Amino acid sequence: MNSWKERLPPIGTFGPFIALLLACLFFATQSERFLTSENFSLVLQQVMVVGVIAIGQTLIILTAGIDLSCGMVMALGGIVMTKLAVEQGLPAPLAILCGVGVTALFGLVNGLLVTKIKLPPFIVTLGTLNIAFAITQLYSNAQTVTELPPGMIWLGSTFRLGGTSVAFGVVLMLLLYFGVWFWLRETAAGRHVYAVGNNPEATRLTGIATERVLLGVYVLAGVFYGIAALLSVARTEVGDPNAGQTENLDAITAVVLGGTSLFGGRGVILGSLVGAVIVGVLRNGLTLMGTPSVYQVLITGILVILAVAIDQLSRKGGR
Amino acid sequence: MQFKHATVLTALLASAGASFAADPVVIGLITKTETNPFFVKMKEGAAAAAQANGAKLLSGAGKTDGDNAGQVTAIENMMAAGAKTILITPSDSKAIVPAIKKAQKKGVMVIALDSPTDPADATDALFATDNYKAGVLIGQYAKAALAGKPAKIATLDLFPGHPVGAQRHNGFLKGFGLAAPDAKSNELGKGAEVVCMADSFGDPAKGQTAMENCLQKNPDINLVYTINEPAAAGAFTALKSAGKEKNVVIVSVDGGCEGVKNVGAGVIAATSQQYPLKMAAMGVEAGVAYAKTGKKVSGYTDTGVTLISAKPLPGVDSKDVKTGTDLCWGKK
Repeated sequence: MNSWKERLPPIGTFGPFIALLLACLFFATQSERFLTSENFSLVLQQVMVVGVIAIGQTLIILTAGIDLSCGMVMALGGIVMTKLAVEQGLPAPLAILCGVGVTALFGLVNGLLVTKIKLPPFIVTLGTLNIAFAITQLYSNAQTVTELPPGMIWLGSTFRLGGTSVAFGVVLMLLLYFGVWFWLRETAAGRHVYAVGNNPEATRLTGIATERVLLGVYVLAGVFYGIAALLSVARTEVGDPNAGQTENLDAITAVVLGGTSLFGGRGVILGSLVGAVIVGVLRNGLTLMGTPSVYQVLITGILVILAVAIDQLSRKGGR
Repeated sequence: MQFKHATVLTALLASAGASFAADPVVIGLITKTETNPFFVKMKEGAAAAAQANGAKLLSGAGKTDGDNAGQVTAIENMMAAGAKTILITPSDSKAIVPAIKKAQKKGVMVIALDSPTDPADATDALFATDNYKAGVLIGQYAKAALAGKPAKIATLDLFPGHPVGAQRHNGFLKGFGLAAPDAKSNELGKGAEVVCMADSFGDPAKGQTAMENCLQKNPDINLVYTINEPAAAGAFTALKSAGKEKNVVIVSVDGGCEGVKNVGAGVIAATSQQYPLKMAAMGVEAGVAYAKTGKKVSGYTDTGVTLISAKPLPGVDSKDVKTGTDLCWGKK
């Protein structure tokens, strides 16, 4: 049954990659500064925060859920870790751990509300979005945290790889993507995520504890938001209470552009990385051309609708 | 990822290198948002100055006011595009500083337009309105307008922690003759006459809500300071539905065309007009000079502020609505 053909990703996975390739080709003809390894590394650096959030978001969307709270939860995690390090003098690793703990806790709350009280994820995370925002503002007094210890911003620094400076955070993001990709494909727990998204009732009847799978996915997503918080802090070198305001929709955009179905159960995690990079390439390329960035928003909007339409049509075709 | 090693691209890059000497000066302009008419005017000024000086202008912005990460990304992309001067209106005065320092380390001159960074010397220079003075002017006008009546003041401020919000607010109190913190303070002054303070985020809808709440707190408010004209318009809507618009003096800051029109219509009694086009044009000229001579500009340059009012009052120097309309920004 497991022929090599079935193991190949479906055509929907190549779509985003082709779109990315076309965008790159176009920009390469428009600016001689575009197609350099340095610029490509820069784009990856710019999408690493949304990229890591999108991992958590993809897992949740694969279960036919959605998480609106991710950006705000990330902002809270960033404020917690920076404040603990700067104002309480906690060593950076411990402060980071506390920050990730808080975001995981939010994941747990989201997951419990979804599984135990059976509330729709959209509403649950709309609520926790606002709660996380308010706590962030209250806890930080709406003040930016500066003068961060080196251990906290290390992921934002770069190393030379064959003449190109690459941020450590980018390497972490890529490792996370490949790790999760492997986990989803090759482990039973990973396959269960797809199963729950495809048909929760059938999955439950086969003896899989669907609630535990769901809960695990939300907590895991929370951990990824915590890592994204660390990346965001490392990238901007401040704890910013106003961070993450548009990251929820940005992450959903990346996931959808990457070909993951909003109906759950279908999609490849690496697509979300491609989706995030598409948005980053559009922003970077249009800036290099001297075109106002509002066109990036316009093109992204069109691509999102295209991606969802392709998903919908391929679903109908499959029946 | 080593695209560079592809033969075709090496040729492409080599040709790019050869043409480098003839490349125009590249200057980046990063505003808080793309859509606010103030920044649209700023972009116009920068574009005109760039064209006059044969420079290439790149523009970028955050997604929303307060989007620091978006501005950081714009700085990086503009440096990648070869900008040697970056003009920026910081969305978050503190959070943007590390990114600016990184750019400066690579030889980029960074000039803040409209509002300073915190600390202000994080940028090479600042071209901006003297916001404290803008506040003082409308404070003095308000004092004359009340003509000795005891003041019950509502202030519709920006949001907590923004230096421009504090400077206009405190300047207003100072001009009105109340005790107020100086221009360097980030704290909002509070006098006994100030009966209500609320954040408007410089937005009509939020300004309206803020005014409604203030009227709940004290229905006898007779003087309203607003951070900008959209907030003033919101305040007027709230006052009108409470039937109080006739007896309340609204003062504001900005000088946008919509705002100046509202001064003519009696919605706003007086406004301090600022000049975004000039800020941006001066920034572009400084950038071109830096590219040609290697000389950076430094320190603060006041780009001027004028009091606009439909009804001149004794002892207060103001210009009429026509002058304000000639110099305003946005759609006339």
